[in-house]
Amino acid sequence: MSNIPENLRYRDSHEWIDPTQDPAPVGITDHAQAELTDVVFVDLPKVGAVVTMGQQVCVIESVKAASDIYAPVSGEIVAVNEALQNEPGLINTAPYAGGYIFKIKPSNAAELEQLMTPAAYAAHIG
Amino acid sequence: MTESTSLRRTPLHDVHLELGGRMVPFAGWEMPVQYTGIVEEHKAVRNAAGVFDISHMGQLLVSGKGAAAFLNRTLTNDVSKLSPGQGQYTLLLNDKGGVVDDLIAYRTSEREFFLVVNASRIDADWEHLEKQLTEEDDVMMANASDFTAGLAVQGPRSREVFQRVFENSAPYPEKNTILISMTENGPMWLCGTGYTGEDGFEFFVPIEKAVTWFRSIVDAVKAEGGVPCGLGSRDTLRLEMGYPLYGNDLSEGRSPLQAGLGFFVAMEKGDFTGREALAAQKANGMPDKLAAFRMTGTAPPPRPHYPVLHGGQIVGEVCSGTQSPSLSAGIGMTYLPSAIATLGTPIEIEVRGRQFPAEIVKKPFYRKA
Repeated sequence: MSNIPENLRYRDSHEWIDPTQDPAPVGITDHAQAELTDVVFVDLPKVGAVVTMGQQVCVIESVKAASDIYAPVSGEIVAVNEALQNEPGLINTAPYAGGYIFKIKPSNAAELEQLMTPAAYAAHIG
Repeated sequence: MTESTSLRRTPLHDVHLELGGRMVPFAGWEMPVQYTGIVEEHKAVRNAAGVFDISHMGQLLVSGKGAAAFLNRTLTNDVSKLSPGQGQYTLLLNDKGGVVDDLIAYRTSEREFFLVVNASRIDADWEHLEKQLTEEDDVMMANASDFTAGLAVQGPRSREVFQRVFENSAPYPEKNTILISMTENGPMWLCGTGYTGEDGFEFFVPIEKAVTWFRSIVDAVKAEGGVPCGLGSRDTLRLEMGYPLYGNDLSEGRSPLQAGLGFFVAMEKGDFTGREALAAQKANGMPDKLAAFRMTGTAPPPRPHYPVLHGGQIVGEVCSGTQSPSLSAGIGMTYLPSAIATLGTPIEIEVRGRQFPAEIVKKPFYRKA
């Protein structure tokens, strides 16, 4: 079974965000990394980019395919996980920790309420 | 009609699902792209063994007194060099020298040949062969594709897998040989071929026996430390060897000489379809050639259709491309103007508007240590 931590919120396209932190780290779920398998490259977003909820912000690549990553909420990307440049496999081995992709400063706290709860995400991936 | 309703399923479909296979469309078929992961399956084949469903591939039977002469007139390689029980890689060309298909032709007896062709090209091959057939040829053609399932076992432990399944009921097929065997599970064409660069064998059986064979092969492969493998690893394995894939690297618009397959074209054997065009290319030179490239730094995996640049100009596109699991580097093939299709030429691959450096290298990309 895939791991769905209780303290996070989720997007239907399989990104997670940790709303208890500010700025909030964003990554892809354990379920998503298991589907993709073998992440080999991460095209990180630019620090300072201002993005809107649902905007495509970067791409992660597995052997199989390139996958778009979407902003779970609007805000400014204030940091990116540079470690992924040399070790993209962190997304597979630690999707909720060392494998986060970027940190975002949410500009509209209400948007967090629109994201899925762990229970809703669990139902979403069946 | 939607894509999912028009896709064909191999007799192993339900077993693929049971084994966790992720099914994707390929050449009109619903095939497993992977079970556990492309890299894991790839490494299993390089280090132990893997089994692939190749039931989508086509089988054509060509027989009769004139079969050898007919195939020598329609295929590029020289079938007269084959003794019964031997096979060769060969190509079917159009009049302009373009590749209709690449295939393996086995001579199963003096007057009988067994052709294993690409899934996507079965109808095209049939049409190209049939239209060249005359009554004087004294040749019969049959398409066994709909009745035949196929399995490929590949990897250094293929012989052990074979021994577990066949015990002493059949000899292990040596490279490029074929053997027709009657077994308790019906007839079987057993071939010493593959598409990974590893030792291995492929065999073709009636579809109603496919599940029985597949289950026993999967068990034997697992007992030897291997796994069932999908099309994803089939692609990374063949590309590491620099083997072309029809539709990516081969097409009706380019000749086998441009694709670097001159070794499989027997110009001296006499006339065959497309020969004139190839002779002209030999005399006048080729506009472009298939070149192998490797990304030179950290880069996203090159994928088909990405633009290829040289000196700031777009000079082509990626035909085949992937991240090599054995080399942990991006590798691919592209047609380049002949003048720059030379070892060491620096090129760039454009990925989402950004250019990443690569260079032309020798095939195969991967060599066994």
